[in-house]
This record gives sequence, C-alpha cells and structure tokens, in this order.
Amino acid sequence: MSAAEAAAVQSGKAQSGAAEAIHVENLHKKFGQLHVLKGVSLSARDGEVVAIIGGSGSGKSTLLRCINCLENPTSGIIRVNGEEIKLKADSHGHTVPADRRQIERIRSRLGMVFQNFNLWSHMTLIENVIEVPVHVLGVKRDEAIAQAEKLLARVGLAEKRDVYPAFLSGGQQQRAAIARALAINPRVMLFDEPTSALDPELVGEVLKVIGDLAREGRTMVLVTHEMKFAREVATHVVYLYNGLVEEEGSPEQLFGAPKSERLKQFLRNVG
Amino acid sequence: MPNLATHARRRPCGRRLASNPGAKLIDAFLPASAAGIMELLSPVAPGWGGTLLVGLLHSIEIALGATCLGLMIGTAGAFGKLYGGPVTRDLLAVYTTVVRAVPELVLILLLYYAGTDLINQVLTGMGYSRVDISGLAAGIFVLGFVQGAYSTEVIRGAILAIPQGQIEAARAYGMSPGLMLRRITLPAMLPFAIPGLANLWLIATKDTALLAVVGFFELTLATRQAAGVTKAYLLFYLAAGALYLTLSLFSNVIIGRVEAWSRRGMPSVKEAR
Repeated sequence: MSAAEAAAVQSGKAQSGAAEAIHVENLHKKFGQLHVLKGVSLSARDGEVVAIIGGSGSGKSTLLRCINCLENPTSGIIRVNGEEIKLKADSHGHTVPADRRQIERIRSRLGMVFQNFNLWSHMTLIENVIEVPVHVLGVKRDEAIAQAEKLLARVGLAEKRDVYPAFLSGGQQQRAAIARALAINPRVMLFDEPTSALDPELVGEVLKVIGDLAREGRTMVLVTHEMKFAREVATHVVYLYNGLVEEEGSPEQLFGAPKSERLKQFLRNVG
Repeated sequence: MPNLATHARRRPCGRRLASNPGAKLIDAFLPASAAGIMELLSPVAPGWGGTLLVGLLHSIEIALGATCLGLMIGTAGAFGKLYGGPVTRDLLAVYTTVVRAVPELVLILLLYYAGTDLINQVLTGMGYSRVDISGLAAGIFVLGFVQGAYSTEVIRGAILAIPQGQIEAARAYGMSPGLMLRRITLPAMLPFAIPGLANLWLIATKDTALLAVVGFFELTLATRQAAGVTKAYLLFYLAAGALYLTLSLFSNVIIGRVEAWSRRGMPSVKEAR
C-alpha cells in the first residue's frame, strides 16, 4: 500500500467502494432482565478500523463478542463478509447459532484478541500460533511453523518461540496473542480492550503492534479505553452509551467536535 | 505340597537361646531360617514366589483395565454433568451418588454375582447357552464402574479449574467441540486432575484385593493360598505388602513424571512460599 493510499485509509474516505466486512443491524442482547444492547447497528468495510468507545457497562465488549457469537445476540442481524449468521431459538427460547459448522467457519476467519490474552497455557508460543492454522484450517504443519516464525518475529518475540505463556510478561503475551490472530490470515481482527489488563509501561509495545497493523490496511474492530490511540488509528469511531450508539463518525469529528453532551462529558472524564 | 509345609514348620534350632525373650519373639515371627525364607519365596516350585508374582500381574492387569475404563467413564461423565441436558445430569448424579455411597465390597459382590446372573438370564432367555464370564473381564468392569464415579468428580473439578478464557479462545477460533476437547480442554485440565487421578490409581491397585472374595486369582488370594499351605502367614503377607508397596513406589515415579509434563506450562509454586 502506498503512502497516499494509507493516508486515504486513515481518513476513512476511500472505503465507500470497499466490500462490507462486518455488518451489524439492530442488535439486541439481554442477560436475563438486563438489556445490554438495545438495537445497535455497526458497519466495517474492508480496510477500515472501527473503534468502539464508551463507559463501563455501555455494552461495547458485548457488541464485539456478539460479532462472532461468543455471546449469542437476543435478536438482530450479523453479516460477516456478506454472509449472514443463521440464528435460531433453542428449547429455552435463547437465540443460538443455527448451523454449528457455519459459525465455526466464520469464527475461523475472525482473529480475536482478548483483554486477558487467553493464550493456551499448555502450549509454547509457536504451538499457540500454529494451533488454529494446523487443526482448524488444515494448513500443513511445516508451512504453519514457517509462517508462525515470521509472525512472532514481527511482534518481536522470535526468540521466545519455545517459551510457555506463563513465563512471559503481559505485553509479550498480548503480542503473541496478536500473532495467533494474524496466523489465521483473518478477514477482520476483533480487539476486546487489548491493553486494559496491562501495566502502563507495557501498553505502548502492544499499541505499536496494533497501530502498525492498522496502517497496513487490516480491517479491525477495536474496543478500547485508549482515546489517544483510537484517534490515531481509527477511521471510524462509535460511541456507545447505555446500549445504544450515541454518536459516531470520523475520529476528528468525534474527538474534535463532539455533538452529544454525554460524549463531551465522557471525553472530559477519560481525558 | 506336604514336604513344604513340614519344612516351613521346622524350627531354626540351636542358634538362639530359648530363655532370651527377644529370640522367642523372632522365633514366633520367623518360622523358617533365612535359607528357608528364600526357598519359600523362590519363584520356582516348590517356592511360592512365582504364585505371588502371577497374582501381582493379575492385580496390575485389573487395576490398569479398571483405571482406563474409569477414565473413559469419568471423562464422559464429567462432560455430561457439565454440559449435558437435565436428564443426562440427573442420571449421572444418581450414578455418582449411588456408587460412592455403597461400600465397594458390596458393589463388587452385587455386580459380579447379580451381573453375571443377569447376563446369563438374558442369554438363556434369548435361546443362547450360558457363558462363563472371565474373572478378569468381570473384575475390570466392576472396578472400572466404581472408578468411573470417582473419576467423574475429579475430572469435573479439573475442567472447572481451567481458566475459562482458554476455552473461550478455542471457541472464538472456530474449534469444533471434539477438537476443543482433544486439543484444549483435556490437556488444560490434566494438571488439575493428576493428583486426584493418581489417588484413584493407587486405590485401584489395592481394590483389586477385594476381588479375592469372588475367587479371582490376584495377589491377595495368591498370598492367602501360599500362607495357608505353608503356614508361613507373616512371611507371605509381608511379602505381599512389599509387592503392593513396590507397585505404589513405581507408580509414584511414573505419576511424578506425568505430572511434571502436564504442568510444563505452569511456573513452579516453590517460589510462592
């Protein structure tokens, strides 16, 4: 990608023609009596970086986790690369994916990065990174290892390939988790507050890796508390308040000239 | 073997003073001279060592078979209890409660006699002739059934101890339930299950002794025979005890290695003192 294209991606203006990678429409999620999402819509085109911000309990993590059905939405439409996730009601009246194979196939193309890293503790870093390519996607083991070594080198962990996650710092674990997500060659990367569990001095190394991916034109949906970072890398920002989209738009617009009183208040509080 | 019996009763005469109470005690405990002991324990006839070793081998066979069966039942049971529907969960609750409530000896008598009787009644009812259930198969089944109930709870607890994020990551990357079980859940629960399962294995090796009551030829029955014929009770029961101890010590070495391997991704807890 040329610098001009990268700049265009940054401004979010080049996306009108790109295919829609994630499409969420009128999503509701209830946990028992608690109505967490009250009809949220969200769209991410190829190459876009969508940042979801909002206060604690606003539903931003739930929204992200509904995209790959880690949480099953109560109602609504989710399309990934144009394919709608088929949902059905189970015997208890809960909405669940109707086709297990479909949801597994869709999930295997969404690279999820968690707040608590969630690396598999009984596997070394290289084993963590090749696990999904080899066992879910059917990539040959030696090819997967070659690719995993490149990815670990890219996140600066080449020499830690045979170390188990528990022996690494949080920042190193999160960078390895990003390598694991990249190894499936994801259509979209989903980041669920990737720096919230990290010590302040380790946040920078993880944000640098994510920022590089964003500048490379990776499609991303990012739930974050790092407003400065969201402003730098996002092409589109969504502010959630109490289960609804309160305001959305370009980062310049949202951070520079917020319209909503609640967003102004929120930005004052976190800034 | 009458000659052996007389041999066993022969006193180690001459060397000890009859007035010495310590010597009397030793006399009471050791009916044979050192040479006699070796002869009695010799693995070739007329020694009884071979009989004991065959008994030990049968005990190990039963314990291995029962533990394998128990692990299979336990894994399935744990998953059924955690993820199964209400009917599955209730049935498993009845299974684990009943098996763990009834003494194992009673269960063994019940399952062995009632079980073989039931099978034969079904067979004759269907027009087949009666079969003799091999003691080995029956023993493995009965102890495996008991082990399964305890394993269910050990494995269920171990699965609950896995950090849920690791299971979630497996789901998020599109693993099917079978793949997740094989690649993530089972290896991740292993470090939490090993201590409990090791207990169950050691219990299984000793529970094989209960099968002596149904006439299965294992170490305890072999010992009883050897001791009964030679009247060298203390010698043979001590020998059996030593064999059980050896089996436990050997098991501990293997279990220790398996546990260290299963904890390979976990930092040592020594530094947390």
